[in-house]
Amino acid sequence: MALSVVKNLARSLAVLLVVTFATFTLMFGNGPGIAQAVLGLNARPEDVQREVVALGLDQPLLVQYWHWLSGAVTGNLGESFYTGQSVTEALSSRVPVTLALVVITLVLTVVLSVLLGVTAAVKGGWVDRLLQFVSVLGTAVPAFIVAIVLVFTFAVAWRMFPATGYVTPELSISGWVKSVTLPVVALLVGAVASAAAQFRTAVLDTLGRDYVRTLRARGISERHVIFRHVLRNSAGPGLTVLSLTTLGLLGGAVFIEQVFALPGMGQLANQSAQVNDVPMVMGTVLVTIVIVLVVNFLGDLTTILLNPKARTR
Amino acid sequence: MTVDPAASPSTRRRVFRRLLRSPQGALCLAWLALIVLVAATSPWLAPSGPTVADLDAANAPPLTPGHLLGGDSAGRDILSRLMWGSRQTVLACVIVLAVSIAVGVASGLVAGFYRGRFEGAAGFVSDVVMSLPGIVLLIALYALTGPNIPAAMAVFGLLIAPTYYRLVRNVVLGVRNELYVDAARVAGLSDLRIVGRHVLWAVRAPVIIQSSFVLAAGIGIEAGVSFLGLGDPAGASWGIVLQNSFNGIYNNRWAVVWPALVISVTILALVLLGNALSDVLQSSARSRTLSPRRRRAAQEAAQPGDAAGESIPVGSSDDVVLSVRGLRIAYPAAGGEVREVVHGVDLDVRRGEIHGLVGESGSGKSQIAFATLGILPREALIFGGSVLLDGDDLLADPAKMRAARGRRIAYVPQEPMSNLDPSFTIGKQLMYGLRAVTRLDSRQARGRVVELLTRVGISDPERVMRLYPHEISGGMAQRVLICGAVAADPDVIVADEPTTALDVTVQAEVLELLRELSRERGLAMILVTHNLGVVADLCDVVSVMKDGDIVERAEVDDLFRSPREAYTKELLSSSRSVELMEI
Amino acid sequence: MTPQPLLRVQDLVVRFPGRRKTVTTVIDGVSFDLAAGETLSLVGESGSGKTTIGRAILGLAPVSAGTVTFRGATISNIDRTRRRKLARDVQVVFQDPYSSLNPAMTVGDILVEPLTAAGVTGGRERVRELLDAVGLPADAATRYPREFSGGQRQRVAIARALALDPAVIICDEPTSALDVTTQARVLALFKEIQRTTGVAYLFISHDLGVVNDISDRIAVLHRGTIVELGEAHQVAAAPRHDYTRRLQMAAPVADPRKQRERRELRLALLAPHTSTKE
Repeated sequence: MALSVVKNLARSLAVLLVVTFATFTLMFGNGPGIAQAVLGLNARPEDVQREVVALGLDQPLLVQYWHWLSGAVTGNLGESFYTGQSVTEALSSRVPVTLALVVITLVLTVVLSVLLGVTAAVKGGWVDRLLQFVSVLGTAVPAFIVAIVLVFTFAVAWRMFPATGYVTPELSISGWVKSVTLPVVALLVGAVASAAAQFRTAVLDTLGRDYVRTLRARGISERHVIFRHVLRNSAGPGLTVLSLTTLGLLGGAVFIEQVFALPGMGQLANQSAQVNDVPMVMGTVLVTIVIVLVVNFLGDLTTILLNPKARTR
Repeated sequence: MTVDPAASPSTRRRVFRRLLRSPQGALCLAWLALIVLVAATSPWLAPSGPTVADLDAANAPPLTPGHLLGGDSAGRDILSRLMWGSRQTVLACVIVLAVSIAVGVASGLVAGFYRGRFEGAAGFVSDVVMSLPGIVLLIALYALTGPNIPAAMAVFGLLIAPTYYRLVRNVVLGVRNELYVDAARVAGLSDLRIVGRHVLWAVRAPVIIQSSFVLAAGIGIEAGVSFLGLGDPAGASWGIVLQNSFNGIYNNRWAVVWPALVISVTILALVLLGNALSDVLQSSARSRTLSPRRRRAAQEAAQPGDAAGESIPVGSSDDVVLSVRGLRIAYPAAGGEVREVVHGVDLDVRRGEIHGLVGESGSGKSQIAFATLGILPREALIFGGSVLLDGDDLLADPAKMRAARGRRIAYVPQEPMSNLDPSFTIGKQLMYGLRAVTRLDSRQARGRVVELLTRVGISDPERVMRLYPHEISGGMAQRVLICGAVAADPDVIVADEPTTALDVTVQAEVLELLRELSRERGLAMILVTHNLGVVADLCDVVSVMKDGDIVERAEVDDLFRSPREAYTKELLSSSRSVELMEI
Repeated sequence: MTPQPLLRVQDLVVRFPGRRKTVTTVIDGVSFDLAAGETLSLVGESGSGKTTIGRAILGLAPVSAGTVTFRGATISNIDRTRRRKLARDVQVVFQDPYSSLNPAMTVGDILVEPLTAAGVTGGRERVRELLDAVGLPADAATRYPREFSGGQRQRVAIARALALDPAVIICDEPTSALDVTTQARVLALFKEIQRTTGVAYLFISHDLGVVNDISDRIAVLHRGTIVELGEAHQVAAAPRHDYTRRLQMAAPVADPRKQRERRELRLALLAPHTSTKE
C-alpha cells in the first residue's frame, strides 16, 4: 500500500509541474504583448522593450519558469506587474474566501447528495423520478444563471439577502452567513443535482449485485444491508464523484464571485487576466491546482484504504 | 457491452423517427432547429442591428412597441441582440465539437486499439487536462488569446476532448475483448476492416450521445466567459447581454430574464436531447418495475391459472417441512405486457429429504427458489400461491418471511465469487450473517463459524477468516457460502445450481458435503439444477419443470427407471448420450 | 507410412506476463497431432490451459516457445498477412453464443463477412447453403442474433466457421453454455458436418462425457501439460492416468443405482488422499 501512495504522490507532482509549466509558458510567452498591455496602447516601442527587460520577460522561458518555481517553493510568487504588490500577500486574503465557499458547499453537497441518491436508488418510484427530473434541471442550468435568479428573487424582488458584498467572519458572524448564503445555494444546486444522480447510479449498480441478494437471504436486515454493505461498496465510485464535484465547484466559484462581488481568488484571477497581470493569474492557477491535487490525493488514499484488493497488493 | 442493432444504417431513419415521436425529443429538436435558423437568418430577421441604440428605449420594459423584450440600459433592443448573439453561440458550438471530436475520438481509437506507450502518454495528458477547472485555464490563457471567443472555444474543445478520449478508449477496449472481434480476426479480416466494421459501430452511439452533452457544456462556457468580461465587449453574445442586464438589474430587472432564459433553455434542450438519444440508441436494461397501481391492476387481471401436472392436496403429512401451493410468478415484458413464468406450481419437501428441481433454462426453477426465500427481484409479480414453512404462509406474511429467512430457510447460490461481499473478510461476513439471525455474542459466533468452516472442509479456518473473497478459490468460496447457509441451523436449504460453476472434481466434493450435512442435521433441501447426473447422485425426490410447469414428479429411482413424460425421456436420453457409464 | 498430420503442435509453451513483472506459464510443453478428418479432444478443468492452446493455434495468444505447423508450414508467430490467409484452412467456434456474434449485424452479414474478407464472390448463395447445412431457415439471413435462442446462435457460429470450407475447426467448448437437450442436438450437428465435409475438429471441453461421444482421440490436460493421450474409448472408459480416472469418476451419471456404485468406488479410491482443500 505504501507503494501505491508514493506512486500517487509522484504522479501528482508530475501533473503539478506539467500544468504549471504549460500555463506559465503560454502566459509569459508573449513578452512584448504583456509589456504593451502594462504600459498601455500608446506606449512607444522603446518603452515597451525597456519594460520587457524590467519585468524579466526577455529571459528564456525555462529560466523564468525555474525562477518562478523556486520562488514558489519558498512562498514567493512574485509581484504584480501593475501594483508591485506581492502575489502571495494578495492571495492570502483572497484564498480563504474562495476556500470557505467551496468547502461549505462541498460538505453540504456530500450530505445532501448521499441522502438523496441513496433514497432514490433504494425507494425507487416517484422519489426516484423526481430526483432524475430535478437533477437534469440542476445540471443543465449553469451556476451563474442560478446565481442571477437567486439575486433576482431574494435580493432584488424580496430584499432578504444582500446582492453583493462580503462580510468577513471576524467582523460579524451573522453578516458573514448572510453574505455567503446565496452564493453557497447557487453552487449547491448544480453540485447536488450532479452528485446525487451519480451516487444514485453507483448505489443502483451495487444493489443489483448477486452478493446483495445473498446477504438478504442470510437474514440480514435491509437496514444493515444498505448501510453496512451497499454504502461501503458504493464508496469507491462515490469518491470519484467527490473529486469531480470539487473541480466543478472551483470553476463555479469564479462565476459566483463575479455575480456576488465576493473578494475571492476567482475574481482576482479574472480581473488580473483582463489587464494581463500574469504573475497574479499564475499564482491563482498554482493555488487552484494544488487544491485539486490535494483533494484527489485524499480521495485516492481513501479509495485504497476502502478497497481490499488494492490494500493486499 | 451491448451494441444496439438500432445503431446500424438501415435503422438510422427509424431512430430519428423514434426520437421525433417522443414529445421530449421533438420539442428539443424543434428548439435547437429554431436557434440554428435564427443564427442563420438574423441579419434579415432581427428587428434592428446589435449595437443600434435608442436612448428613448433605455430600460424599456417588455412589450414596448419596437422592443418586444424591452431595451437594455443603453437603449439597445434586447431581442435583436439575442438573435444576433445566437450566431456566436452556434459558431462556438461548431468549434468546440469539431476540435474535441477530432482530438478526443481519434486518440481514443488509437489508444484503445493499439494500447502500449501511446495509451500511457495519452492517459497522462488526459489526466493533466482534466485536473484543472476549464474556466481557470481559459482565464489564464486570456493573456494569449485576448478577447477572442472562437480561440477560447477552440481551447475549450481541447480541454473537453479527454471526455471523448476516455469514452472511446473504454468502448474500444470493451469491443476488443468481445469474442466476435476474435472471430473476425480468425475469419481473416484486416485490422482496418475490424475497426471499421466492428469497433466504429460500437463507438458511434456513445459519441453521438456525448456530443449532445459537450455542446451543452460549450454553450454554458461560452456564455460564462462572455459574462465574465473576457469576450468582445462590442459584440452581442448571449453572455454579454446577460452581463449588461445584470449590471443594471436594479434599474431594469426584467432585462435579465430573457438572456438567462435563452441560455438555460438551449442548454436544457441539449441535455434532454442527450438523454432521449441515450434511450433510443442504447436500449439500456432499464428496470421495468411497475408502479404500485399497475401492480395491483395486473394482479387483479391475472386469470386463475390451470395448474398443469398433479396438484397435491394441502394439509399433507406431518413430516412435510416446506410446501408450495399454486405459486404463480410473472414479470413485466416489453410493450407494457406482463408475462407469467411460473404457472401455479405445487411442491412438497419432507424433513431431511433432498428434493431436486430439474429443468432447462427458462423453465422457472430458479424463480421458485427465490420465491421461497423472498428474494425475487423488485420487478417480479407474484400472482398467487403460498409458501408454507411448517404451516406458516411466508408469502402471505412478510414479517414471517423476514423472520424465517436465513434462520429456518437458507440459500446456497450458484456463482461463488460474485456472491461474497468483496469489501469484508470472510470471517466478518460469516459472523454478520450468523449474528443477524441468532442471539449469539461475537465470541460464540466466532466459535461456531470456525467449527463449521472445518466441517465444510476448510483446513485452516482461522487464516481463511482473515482473507478477502478475491484471495480464495471458487471451490473454497462455495464451501464458505455453504457454511454461511447452515450456520444458523436451518430446517430447509434452497440451493440454486450450487455446483454448476465449479470444476467437476470440486463439484463431486461439494455434492458429497451437501449430502453429509443433510444427513447429519436432518436438513431438507431444494436442489435446483439442470444436470440429471447431480440429481441421480444426490436427490431423493425429483420434480421436472418445463416452461413454468412441473410436468413430472417421482422418487428418484422411479423417475430414472421409468419416466412417464416425453420431455423427461428426452432429458434423460440427451444426458445419457454424453455420459460414461462404464467405469 | 503415416500421412503427414494436418496440424502438428510441438512442445508448445505459452507464457503470459502477470502483474509486477511475474510471468505465468499457462501451457508448459504440449505436443499432439491432428490428422485430416479426425476429432481430437482436449479435456481439462479450469486453469488447465485448454482454451489457451486453441487460441495459440489461432494466433489469438502468443506462442512463447515450440511450434505449430499446418500441412508442414509453420503457423506460430507468423505475420498478420500470412495469418489472414490461414482463414481458409483453420476456423473457430467459440463457447459463448451471445458474444461471438456482433449484435449489430444481421445473420446474413455475419456469414458473408469471412467470404468478403477472402475475396470470394457469390456470397448470398453460399449463405443459403450454409444456413441449410446447419438446419436454419433461409429467412434467418435477414434477422439479428438477438432474435435467436442460444442453440440457434451457436448454429450460426458453426455456419460462419464453415463458410470458407476449412480443413480444421477449433471448437472451444461449443456446447458448454447450452441446455442438455440443445447440447445433444448441436453435437449431432457437429458429427453430421464432419461426415459430409470431412473437416477435422480440435474439440476443447471440460466434459469427459461429451468428448467421449464425439472424439476419435482424447488428450487430457492438467495444469498446462498433457497427462494422457489416446483412443477416445480407452481414455474415457479405462484411463491410465490417475488424474483422468479422477475426472472420469467425478462426473455423475443419470442413473441413481450406477451413480451410487461409482460414488462408493470413487470414495474408496480417494481415501488415501485425505482431502485438504486448497
